[in-house]
Amino acid sequence: MEAFTGKVWVLGDDIDTDIIIPTEYLALKTIDDMKQYGFSPLRPELAGQIQKGDIIVAGKNFGCGSSREQAPEIIKALGVQCVIAKSFARIFFRNSINNGLLLIEQPDLHDNVKEGDEVTVVMNEHVDHNGKQYPIASLPENLMDIIQAGGLVKAMRKLNGLD
Amino acid sequence: MGETIIEKIIRHNTGKAVKPGDIVTVNVDRVMIHDIFIPFVADKFEEMGFQKLWDPDKVVLIYDHLVPASQQDDTRHFHVGDAFAAKYGMKNVHRSDGICHQLMTEAGYVKPGNIVFGTDSHTTTYGCVGAFSSGIGYTEMASILGTGTMWIKVPETIKVVIDGELPENVMSKDIILRLIGDLRADGATYRALEFSGSTIENMSVASRMTMANMAIEAGAKCALFTPDEKTAAYCETELDEFQKSLVGDEDAVYMKTMTYKAEDFVPVMACPSQVDKIRDVSELQGETIDQVFIGSCTNGRLEDLMAAAEVLKGKKVADFVKLIVTPASRKIYRQAIELGILDTLAEAGAIITHPGCGLCCGRTGGILTDGEKVVATNNRNFLGRMGTSKVQIYLASPKTAAACAIAGKIVMPE
Amino acid sequence: MGMTIAEKIIAAAAGVDSVKPGDIYTVQLDHLMSNDGTTHLTVDMYNNKLKNPHIADTKKLVFIVDHNVPSDSPKTAASQKKMRDFARENNIDFWEGKGVCHQIMIENYVRPGQLIFGADSHTCSYGALGAFGTGVGCTDFLYGMVTGTSWVMVPETVKFNLTGKLPEGVYARDLILTIIGEIGANGCNYQAMEFTGEGAKTLSISDRMALCNMAVEAGAKTGIFEADDKALEYLKEHGREPKAVYHSDPDAVYAREYTFDLSKVRPVVAKPDFVDNVVPAEETCGIKINEAFLGSCNNGRIEDLRVGAEVIKGKKVAEGVRFLVVPASQTIYRQALKEGLIDIFMEAGAIVMNPNCSVCWGSCQGVIGENEVLISTGTRNFKGRAGHPSSKVYLGSAATVTASAIAGEIATADRV
Repeated sequence: MEAFTGKVWVLGDDIDTDIIIPTEYLALKTIDDMKQYGFSPLRPELAGQIQKGDIIVAGKNFGCGSSREQAPEIIKALGVQCVIAKSFARIFFRNSINNGLLLIEQPDLHDNVKEGDEVTVVMNEHVDHNGKQYPIASLPENLMDIIQAGGLVKAMRKLNGLD
Repeated sequence: MGETIIEKIIRHNTGKAVKPGDIVTVNVDRVMIHDIFIPFVADKFEEMGFQKLWDPDKVVLIYDHLVPASQQDDTRHFHVGDAFAAKYGMKNVHRSDGICHQLMTEAGYVKPGNIVFGTDSHTTTYGCVGAFSSGIGYTEMASILGTGTMWIKVPETIKVVIDGELPENVMSKDIILRLIGDLRADGATYRALEFSGSTIENMSVASRMTMANMAIEAGAKCALFTPDEKTAAYCETELDEFQKSLVGDEDAVYMKTMTYKAEDFVPVMACPSQVDKIRDVSELQGETIDQVFIGSCTNGRLEDLMAAAEVLKGKKVADFVKLIVTPASRKIYRQAIELGILDTLAEAGAIITHPGCGLCCGRTGGILTDGEKVVATNNRNFLGRMGTSKVQIYLASPKTAAACAIAGKIVMPE
Repeated sequence: MGMTIAEKIIAAAAGVDSVKPGDIYTVQLDHLMSNDGTTHLTVDMYNNKLKNPHIADTKKLVFIVDHNVPSDSPKTAASQKKMRDFARENNIDFWEGKGVCHQIMIENYVRPGQLIFGADSHTCSYGALGAFGTGVGCTDFLYGMVTGTSWVMVPETVKFNLTGKLPEGVYARDLILTIIGEIGANGCNYQAMEFTGEGAKTLSISDRMALCNMAVEAGAKTGIFEADDKALEYLKEHGREPKAVYHSDPDAVYAREYTFDLSKVRPVVAKPDFVDNVVPAEETCGIKINEAFLGSCNNGRIEDLRVGAEVIKGKKVAEGVRFLVVPASQTIYRQALKEGLIDIFMEAGAIVMNPNCSVCWGSCQGVIGENEVLISTGTRNFKGRAGHPSSKVYLGSAATVTASAIAGEIATADRV
């Protein structure tokens, strides 16, 4: 079973898409231009601190707000390996899947983890933290198909006979 | 077994009866792309390898977030959009006619019972005419442009019943804010809201739009209103049998039902910086403010401007307070000229901008700075939405907002 | 020896009987106007650089927020807040969103015979009402604010003797561009441009503002007209009395004199990137545009909107072209609403903005992007003035600009 470990950044409830990337920066040309402003209204220094492989653990309703797909793209571009939250907002959830950003719903981890801790994710099974196992669900099949294809763009390229 | 409105729309679209949790592929009736995301949609579309749009007439491109451009690079979005439209034969392009959600219904692109997706979270608005509409990202939009289809999970439905007559000075904005407060910001996530009751029946399509627009703030996938004579008149259509059938059945299964008495509603505000942090205006009275914004796809319609003008007529905006009014569309702006509303507002001291998203999307139109407070009629008060993270945003109805502009502080509308 | 109008105003402000060019005097200022382009800097200096900060006479000060309205970034919002708070604390007349500063000054403050400093180069506009207005930097402004006075060197005056009458379809805007094209962008450096003669009398106050406003584009310290019956009528309508009405003496000394026959003026366009790069409008016809701008302190008055509306009535803005219509003040906006002009522009597909400087200064709503082309009734066409450094700005009259918006390329009004 696939497993990975990462250092945790802890965020609260209702982390909205304007926090993840303010509208002000949405007209920048590339995700790389934008990513330095990730989370800036809440924690301006965070984008510079996140290292490749880190994990965000958040409360409920992560990604609420707008349909801006830059939100998951920026989180991915910052090197975040996955986001574990109590719950996710709907559009953000679809956008993340379509871009291959892994999202995991887990109701209890957030209450027990602190920033800088390490957690290990065992895919479709559980998250390990301080010796405790927090169970996680497996993704529905149709979503796994998109993730396995490498995101929606690749799935469509396949459909169009390109890859 | 009975069906909810969303279940009926999906059955009609797919030809198969559905229940919540089913994953189905729907045929899309119309899509909307706006200026901020068109470059990304165009890139993804070509990267996916599509050669043509599934149906150019079903695609609507609207420039609204960046009109007028406030940063040099904004205009690039117009050029990318124009080139994409020309290359793929799209005729439905609006370059400065107003906010996308207003135009989609106002210009007749959405009809009752349609399934519509847009690259904007407030696409839920079209539920006001009984359409299933929801926001998606640009990658998914690119895939619809090529295929004309999208997979969805059939949502459970939360039924909201409101009966009775609203008190004076209470607007549909106060209802939806209260509802979001009760549901919380994630209370309807993945779910459909379905509105009914005599209050809803007596409400204008514009007032329903305000509510459908903000359904997303409770996380909802869509918000549905039964199409009626008012809907038909607004959409300039006659309702067919299917459209007339879009009523939640008696024996339909709802996740839950929330029942309200219209008489119980009072003017409320969403306080900084959560949409579900709802307080009665009476509890907030006296808080000084720096700016008032009346506009957006939530509350920039003729009835909203009219309500504000009634409050402001013969009065003046408080010294050192700015009142910014942004009509939601060119049509509304022109109607407001004809009815003398714009002159009344201008005389009171309002700054009247060209129709567009304006301040609501936080790129221009009255950005604020540390320590400033704004009362706004739009849909979001997130941290940093209208400037720095130390700006405090209160969301309110147009009547309440107008009253606050005169007082220079939070007051009850009257 | 005789004096010109400009010399008389300075003499009065200096409290002396006569002055001559080159003399330096300490003068009493009648008004000091500052806008959101620089007021925050002045306020910073006032708060941080002065030992004993005070304002000589708050009644002389006028603060106007017009450059970024409504504010388009947290940075401009912070600058404006500083300005607003300072005005509130010090009881200074404060205008926000009510129009372009020079238009507001002329509608509400300027009186013939006054000497006015403004922290904006186009303060020279006030000569339309026989006042001496000139632009200064914020250090000069601060000195004026604290002392109520400043020093000026008396400028030489250059006489522009206007004869005849502008033909139909030709505007003051064409005239001033023609003049600047003729004399050059430094043609009147440090000097005062006095517009006089029978032709001058035919020009409306709005026309005179368009002329005086652009005096600085020829390098002049100010542009000025004698306050005649038209000017006095305008004042009366706006509820004000002149401070003093001056006439240039018959034996006044001028550095140079030019004569322009108004009836010979034709529609012209100033090509990028200099205001004096003026050619007949026909020579530029056919150049594709992305944006057209009808507005600014130069050409955003009701008269200009009427010209534009007449050209565009019943027609449409070309597809893909952004036609910005920006009344110079709220008063003008309301008048235009009343006359149905705003509706004509909206019907045609224009973008009608709230009164503000807009793309004329290129750092707020309406900016143009990379390689874009703008035709504008604004004041300047310097490189990058309206947005991206690679963009191009052409200057023309309200008629030419509107015609171009319809055609999608530079066009004269008789061709659309």
